[in-house]
Amino acid sequence: MRRLLFLLPLVGFLALAAMFKWGLGHDPRTLPSMLIDRPVPEMALAALPGRPADSGLNTAHLKGRVSLVNIFGSWCIACVQEHPYLMQIKKSGIVPIYGIDWRDDPVEGARWLAKNGDPYDRVGIDPAPGRTAIDFGVTGAPESFIVDKDGVIRYKHIGPITPDNWQSTLLPIIRELSK
Amino acid sequence: MRRFVLAAMLMVLSAPAIAVDPSEMLPDPKQEERAQDLGKGLRCMVCQSESIEDSNADLAKDLRIIVRERIAKGETDDQVRKFVVDRYGDYVLLKPPFKASTLILWVGPFVLLLAGIVAVFGFYRRRGTAAPAQPAPLTPEEKRRLDALLKDGQ
Repeated sequence: MRRLLFLLPLVGFLALAAMFKWGLGHDPRTLPSMLIDRPVPEMALAALPGRPADSGLNTAHLKGRVSLVNIFGSWCIACVQEHPYLMQIKKSGIVPIYGIDWRDDPVEGARWLAKNGDPYDRVGIDPAPGRTAIDFGVTGAPESFIVDKDGVIRYKHIGPITPDNWQSTLLPIIRELSK
Repeated sequence: MRRFVLAAMLMVLSAPAIAVDPSEMLPDPKQEERAQDLGKGLRCMVCQSESIEDSNADLAKDLRIIVRERIAKGETDDQVRKFVVDRYGDYVLLKPPFKASTLILWVGPFVLLLAGIVAVFGFYRRRGTAAPAQPAPLTPEEKRRLDALLKDGQ
């Protein structure tokens, strides 16, 4: 036993190396959202300018059926990448998408949707300091939340929705929750 | 030269710059100080290694404003911190809280230090007791050889 003691530093090194390896592959930004399995935050977001006043977004709208809440902004570059796919999801009619125009000039937000198409069933504006986005624990755009029929957040997706992650992750969760 | 030294000394004394815009500051300097102390312990979630007080990121600015609003409303530091942690998790605290899941983080280094002290202590004690006893005295035969060798060398 004692003769094997000389291996101790090697064992220690390997343990440390394993820890660092784990740390390298572990992106702290993908920490699970605090909001998972909690009701959507209370909100009453105004409509975009030029739209009917009742086309904004509030908490009650997120109850009754599974929905997708999408944080976006006309300033957000990755949102442009995600947008065509949101349009496709909208066309498929699988799930209503609710948009939160975050930290944006609402006029710019409305213009952006007019130009690129509007995949949202409702859009609420959340100008700086983005209280609702902070209530959602948002760290950047785009971010999407799957909300179940009872208005409880069940999944958080950071970054653009792509055909890949939609098929492999988001759609199965939505299907499961829609049962 | 003397001026240079003075400037260098003043630089050491000056407080590190913070990102707070004067327009964000609370009118009550006591409350503003509390907000800054609190904000220095809150991670800017988009910069990761900066506090919200140090960062120019939009999200950090938003959180600074919200922290100040809550302090102005009369909330305690713990209440404000809880508000942020409820939304962003313990990760938002630059100084991790002391609880079961972070125990190894806080206690680990001291445990290792103690283990090291015990190991060093054990090593020296063992060496002390294991020191070889006085060698046996030379036999007359050995003594004669030694004398001969010594004489040889001269």
